Amino acid sequence: MKNSIINLYLIVVTLNFSCAQEAENKATISLNAPFSDELFVDNLQIPWGMAFLPDGSMLITEKEGKIIHFLEGKKIIISNVPEVYQRGQGGLLDIALHPKYKENGWIYFTFSSEEGEEKGGNTALMRAKLKDNALVDKELLYKATPNTTKGQHFGSRIAFDDDGYLYFSVGERGERDINPQDITRDGGKIYRLNDDGTIPSDNPFVNSDGAKTAIYSYGHRNPQGLAKHPETGKIWDNEHGPQGGDEINVIKKGANYGWPVITYGINYSGTPITDKTEMEGMEQPIHYWVPSIAPSGMAFITSDNYKGMKGDLLVGSLKFQYLERLVMNGTKVVKREKLLQNLGRVRDVKEGPDGLIYVAIEGKGIYKLVPKK
Amino acid sequence: MKFFLLFYLALITIFFSFFHQDKELEKSIQRGSEVYADFCVTCHLTEGEGVKNAFPPLAKSDYLSKNREESIKGIKYGQKGELIVNGVTYNGTMPPMGLEDDEIADVMNYIVNSWGNTSTKMVTPEEVATLTDK
Repeated sequence: MKNSIINLYLIVVTLNFSCAQEAENKATISLNAPFSDELFVDNLQIPWGMAFLPDGSMLITEKEGKIIHFLEGKKIIISNVPEVYQRGQGGLLDIALHPKYKENGWIYFTFSSEEGEEKGGNTALMRAKLKDNALVDKELLYKATPNTTKGQHFGSRIAFDDDGYLYFSVGERGERDINPQDITRDGGKIYRLNDDGTIPSDNPFVNSDGAKTAIYSYGHRNPQGLAKHPETGKIWDNEHGPQGGDEINVIKKGANYGWPVITYGINYSGTPITDKTEMEGMEQPIHYWVPSIAPSGMAFITSDNYKGMKGDLLVGSLKFQYLERLVMNGTKVVKREKLLQNLGRVRDVKEGPDGLIYVAIEGKGIYKLVPKK
Repeated sequence: MKFFLLFYLALITIFFSFFHQDKELEKSIQRGSEVYADFCVTCHLTEGEGVKNAFPPLAKSDYLSKNREESIKGIKYGQKGELIVNGVTYNGTMPPMGLEDDEIADVMNYIVNSWGNTSTKMVTPEEVATLTDK
């Protein structure tokens, strides 16, 4: 009897989750998370990105334009960091190490830059090395054009795949009708480069007339999460929708993710952007959020440290101030859960080389999730 | 007669200067609405309603109406720490948006004249320029 009830329950649950995604999706609240949170780096304003150095120390970007080296409990401010264009969502954004950092010492970061003729700024990707608490050997690898004084949608995240290609995102810079669907323009794109900034010869648009050949995929709005799937090696993104319609996508070469032709969101004013949520030749997200959670950084759990959570995807919510856990079955979301409620705006999440999860929270600092015994 | 003429001229001048200022304010509010759509709407939303416990409301905000200078400074230099708005305590961070003084004046004029907010004194770029960080 007991078994049949459980079976019935499982069938109902399975049926529920195998249906098409409900328009309004709900996350449950985790009552028994297998970890406790511990403040690891205190007193940060807007810790946008973080990277783990081989010696156990950490690099943290502050949006206002600082790189902090957190070493043995102390914060060292790195000098010779490029000037950032302080405007709206712009600033010093993501930071990542070369997969072979130990051999070559390259550090990559994205920021809003005024470089160029026009007034305003746009997203740039730079690499540099760290020496005596300063950036040296700085190389500007990419600078999106044109500059604009618009304050929104710079992106930006950085990720490397298993073949050593570098991916980074640039949002559509507040020009949704001009940038995302046009491959001859920057913005609303995910780019793929070689680690030295040159363009891979098999990038999808290398033979397209006038195209920005660094583009790998297009039709994005504002991707602020980028992570490599631990098993498939594919790059996943999450991006801010307008009102409603935040998305998770698996990034495919040359694919069009539809913004603003198709979307599950509407204008902030409540008026529709389009009546279409799908169209031939445009990718569907593997998940979308209505209402928007304002997704920030994302990371996969690859370690066994957190009971029952291996393979899950973590995404920060800026709007509702929690860390979202998405239990995945392949590319299907089977369950959503809210973790770390009421700590603040979650800006980034990463799995450290120690297999522990680190969460950057605005106005607070970086929390370490310590597994419960 | 001379007195009457002077009185008449003075009246006209006052009338037109009011009229002119109204026009200026109207234009400033219009420009401010564009700044708002670019920099503010993602958090404070279209009707200035904000997001409960995360982003304070601007509509009918007691903080805004009682703290004109602090509000302008908040936009100019960013805002952090505790803030009580309509009885609710917020403890978030708003980064400085990197706006020019004229844009700050415009967006303030938009905010203090929208969604049930009213203000008698127009914010000018000159006023914004005089305000310095804490």
